[in-house]
Amino acid sequence: MIKKDIIFALSARSVRLHFLRSVLAALGIVIGVVAIASIGMMGANMTLSVTEELSDMANKLTITPYTGGGGGMMRGGGGGRVVVGSGSSSDDDDDVIDDDQFRDIERIVAKYGTAYTVRSESDRIEVGSETGRATVYGLDADIIREILTVEEGEYPKSTTSVVVGPTLAERLDLKIGSKIDIGDPDEGSTTTVRVVGILEERGMSMDLSTDMAIIGTDKLFTGIYGGEGEYDQVNVVVDDLNDIDTIKTEIEDTLNKKEDEVTVQDSSRIMETITSTLSTMTTFVMAIAGISLLVAAVSIFNVMMMSVNERVREIGILRSIGTQRPEILRMFIYEATIIGIVGAVIGAIASLIIGYVVVLGMVGTTEYFFAAGSLIYVPMAMAVGAAICIVTGVYPAWQASNLDPIEALRAE
Amino acid sequence: MSSPVIELEDVMKIYPLPSGDVTALSGVSLTINEGEFVAIMGPSGSGKSTLLNQIGCLDRPTSGNLFLAGKNTREMDDRELTSLRLSSIGYIFQKFNLIPLLSAYENVEYPYIMKHRKNDDTGRVRDLLAQVGIDEGLSAHKPSELSGGQQQRIAIARALVNDPAILLCDEPTGNLDSKTSLQIMEILEDLHRRGRTLIMVTHNPETADYADRTITIRDGRVA
Repeated sequence: MIKKDIIFALSARSVRLHFLRSVLAALGIVIGVVAIASIGMMGANMTLSVTEELSDMANKLTITPYTGGGGGMMRGGGGGRVVVGSGSSSDDDDDVIDDDQFRDIERIVAKYGTAYTVRSESDRIEVGSETGRATVYGLDADIIREILTVEEGEYPKSTTSVVVGPTLAERLDLKIGSKIDIGDPDEGSTTTVRVVGILEERGMSMDLSTDMAIIGTDKLFTGIYGGEGEYDQVNVVVDDLNDIDTIKTEIEDTLNKKEDEVTVQDSSRIMETITSTLSTMTTFVMAIAGISLLVAAVSIFNVMMMSVNERVREIGILRSIGTQRPEILRMFIYEATIIGIVGAVIGAIASLIIGYVVVLGMVGTTEYFFAAGSLIYVPMAMAVGAAICIVTGVYPAWQASNLDPIEALRAE
Repeated sequence: MSSPVIELEDVMKIYPLPSGDVTALSGVSLTINEGEFVAIMGPSGSGKSTLLNQIGCLDRPTSGNLFLAGKNTREMDDRELTSLRLSSIGYIFQKFNLIPLLSAYENVEYPYIMKHRKNDDTGRVRDLLAQVGIDEGLSAHKPSELSGGQQQRIAIARALVNDPAILLCDEPTGNLDSKTSLQIMEILEDLHRRGRTLIMVTHNPETADYADRTITIRDGRVA
């Protein structure tokens, strides 16, 4: 301020005179700003980290048999297979993708990337004395080599060798050379396979979830479950992300010409769904946090009304010696603004600290904390906090400026 | 013959109250010339303070006209009346009415800042304080740290800072002991000698003796 503003000085002195009261009112704003900013930052960090994780698989499409109604759900288990070894590939009502369909897909995809088939089944397994359930995948031997990374050991070559996911390996204490019996002995024969490799952790993914799975060759799979020429899923790996929509449309146009046969899913849709869900959640929680600002607003309103009531006589004096109404208005707006800005600044500093802790605790990483999309919530919450203060100060200030000078002078 | 600075034409003031209207002034007409020192006397409730508030533009007459320096205040809005209070009228109250959050110096400077939109760099505030007998040491104090006499001196300095045409005093010695009252009255008399127009409400005949003319108000009328 270049020129010393006596109206501002009066506001500042009034705040200082009622220091405790003003601090308590500002504290409300601090809490509100911290709540909004840290929840906003948490949401932003969650979204950013999920997006980062998901974009790793953004170049993938999964094609699953159309199951009517809902569609679009992940189909990792493949529990729908009842027909064993029937080999009727022309039966389109079945819950599988047949060879003809796969060839169509392969033809379409050829220009853009590669397509491969996935067979999967959830089954009972036995390792030594321990039993459990796991997903058994059947993939082309070359595909296994191409898309999966073995952390230890080698890739399966024969019909009796498999690789296992790291979580499953840890849980069942599997090592290279361990033997697994697949199948329920009560319902028929079991197949014994040997672990030749343990995979790297891959995380949840919509194309393959291998962490808790046993992965073998197609021959091994059909040997156990049958289903020649039938697949649970076809995965497509696209070279250029921009082709995703084209491929998707082409596959849908070709295979779903007469009736819905397959569901094509790309991860961008999943990503959109997840991020939009996250942002809805964040907005909702932020709105709840906003209630704390509402409470703060009420407390500031109260403080401002008290300030006006206490200073009625002073307002009368100021008016009687020639202070204009807008200047009285300004004086009380300033007072609310000082409280608001002090609260917002302290709140901003506190929300950086608290937000960091919250993000670390809830998201698990602060990698994205200093990203613009995350830090933007600090000035945003500050602005909301300060604005609420100023708006709340308007009515008391207006009331003060409209006091009748004579009435005001009579007040004790 | 000096020109009239204040003219009242049949001024009425009625306060509407739930228990019935109260007539505070019922048709007051009077003229006060430039440089006059007029005392307004009358028993409590006679309407003398109401009369002063009309002249001071703190209040508006219910009917009748009030001319200040030839201008009819009836035609002015709140902003204009406030400007008039700032520049043309100095008010001295019984209860001093200093602003508690400001120092003595700032209290005097306040109307100056309001009028000129800048701090006083002419030394006027300091001169006025010296004139009313407030030294620099005292001028940094808040009103609550000063005696009644000192506060009233500061209030006089404040009333004079924008060099108003009219000085209105509402029982200026009402809250002071006799010795201090004498000092304050001497300051006011000195201002009058220098040509300032003074209108003073009082119920003390000794104080009224300082004035050139005494107007007595009874039941809202000039007696």
